[in-house]
Amino acid sequence: MAAVDHIADRFRRALDSDIYYSFRQSRLTMLSALVTLLFLAAAAFAPWIAPHNPFDLASLDLSNALKPPFWMEDGTLAFPFGSDDQGRDVFSTILFGARISLMVGLFSVVFALLLGVSLGLISGYVGGVVDSIIMRIADVQLSFPAILIALMIDGVVRGIVSGQEYERIAVFVLVVAIGLSFWVQYARTVRGSVLVERNKEYVQAARVVGLSPTLIMIRHVLPNVMGPVLVIATINLAIAIILEATLSFLGIGVPPTTPSLGTLINIGNNYLFSGQWWITLFPGLALAVLVLAVNLLGDWLRDALNPKLR
Amino acid sequence: MIAFVIRRLLQSVLVMLTVAFVAFSLFNYVGDPIQAMVGQDVSLADRAQLRKQLGLEDPVIIRFARFVGNALEGNFGVSYRMQEPVGRLIRERLPASLELSFIAAAFALLAGVPMGVYSGLYPRRWLSRLFLSVSLVGAALPTFLIGILLIVFFAVLLPLLPSFGRGDVVKIGWWSTGLLTASGLKALIMPAITLGLFQVTLIMRLVRAEILEVMRTDYIKFARARGLTNRAVHYGHALKNTLVPVITITGLQLGQIIAFSIITETVFNWPGMGLLFVQSLQFADIPVMATYLVLIAFFIVVINLVADLLYFAVDPRLRSDVATKAH
Repeated sequence: MAAVDHIADRFRRALDSDIYYSFRQSRLTMLSALVTLLFLAAAAFAPWIAPHNPFDLASLDLSNALKPPFWMEDGTLAFPFGSDDQGRDVFSTILFGARISLMVGLFSVVFALLLGVSLGLISGYVGGVVDSIIMRIADVQLSFPAILIALMIDGVVRGIVSGQEYERIAVFVLVVAIGLSFWVQYARTVRGSVLVERNKEYVQAARVVGLSPTLIMIRHVLPNVMGPVLVIATINLAIAIILEATLSFLGIGVPPTTPSLGTLINIGNNYLFSGQWWITLFPGLALAVLVLAVNLLGDWLRDALNPKLR
Repeated sequence: MIAFVIRRLLQSVLVMLTVAFVAFSLFNYVGDPIQAMVGQDVSLADRAQLRKQLGLEDPVIIRFARFVGNALEGNFGVSYRMQEPVGRLIRERLPASLELSFIAAAFALLAGVPMGVYSGLYPRRWLSRLFLSVSLVGAALPTFLIGILLIVFFAVLLPLLPSFGRGDVVKIGWWSTGLLTASGLKALIMPAITLGLFQVTLIMRLVRAEILEVMRTDYIKFARARGLTNRAVHYGHALKNTLVPVITITGLQLGQIIAFSIITETVFNWPGMGLLFVQSLQFADIPVMATYLVLIAFFIVVINLVADLLYFAVDPRLRSDVATKAH
């Protein structure tokens, strides 16, 4: 019973907090949260919601190819947003594509966060030569656009492994490439906060008690620098989704056998001039709405957690 | 001042050497350069011979020094895919990319600054709100999607503008320009808007924030108290003071624009360096990839350096020797 009370109490306090208040104050933020949740749900349950399984080759029928959306002449409700050149339902491919896009986006943000936060903690807490080396690498990397770094990493892996092998690990490579292009922001932010925190009494007290540096960093310093990290992570999620879509659009992201939203837009792009605009437009709209919603959430979180704006 | 310049120059050289080392490692450790040059039919002994001839057995430091020396002379090796010197490939495509980037940057300034000034001076008008919402959407849309939407509207639905290529170009020396022909200019419109749109939103928000801040300061109130006209206050006093950060940011963004032209060039099939780079990625054409990386790094480093020095020259508060004298 005590545990339930504890959780209920936590919940009540969360509803009472400033952040929840500012969330309720902004209709746009609530709408973006709703849209993001819808996308997450659609991606998670795609195999059960989607009217067709676009990757089950046996169920595809070429006589269904290039059907227009249902409100147009010759369109049917079986393919609400029309179908592509192989007779795949565009609505279903969007659901499955959003799944890949969100997965790559989330994993690459988590990867960048873990890498950046650890390097930032080490850099700030250890200092000295280690700090200089990490921060010089960060400086050099920061002067390049993230997309160029992700492209280079992807290109190098392509040079090392063979084509078939590459297709198998493409998603993994993409997560690492996008993650590696983002770690600097986390590292810099965390390092800055650690430099402030490390001289405060509670850290000195922990040191006097005799805790190991690793324990002090993780148990004591880390929780106090997580606020800005969360804000960066939300904003980065939108950028990571865009980056993944861009790489896939350029034809160097996920393979066409497991298309993300970017791959779908790329495939549809070939049909623009023959009049089948729906193959590219609907995945494009889905991507735009998803990115906009995540972006707005990130903006709101940044303002809500910024004490200067209260 | 001189110490600052020297320190900045040393930093830039260090960055360039780091990037050159990455490029050099790509050459040497990704794939086998001999394999790429001779193919399958050459015996192992001949390969070893060639290896020695090309100096691939020398210590890393010597090979790296040779690589940097070659690069300084504009010798970047031969493309695996096209069997042509990379230096020549890049030189043929450089004008297309640079023209596109500069026009996009000019568009970003010409659209972004007035929009920012208007929405900063009159934040409550509906047009300002419209600008802000548009900039929110513009910042969220991926570049390639903007390009595709433009193509849908202005090339497919209304066949007004060409959707690929540069149009007719004129040669001036080795530089080929599309700015002197009607079809070249027409072909430039959509790519330049696509590439510049994100920067428009950025510059607009920056100018707006700066103007909002400046309009609250005492010297603006004082200028009003002196009875100056709105025009003199807005443009003579407020705008002038917001331009320093705008110039720096635009300068720094130029490097981003050149790098982001990769996407725009792919969407519009624009025959520039970015398109060459994307094609070389798909074939793991290491010499082209490495050269592109070094070149972009060079552009970005030079632009950052110039922006830093400009900032230093324009803003007296940054000159530390002046600051210490005042004490």
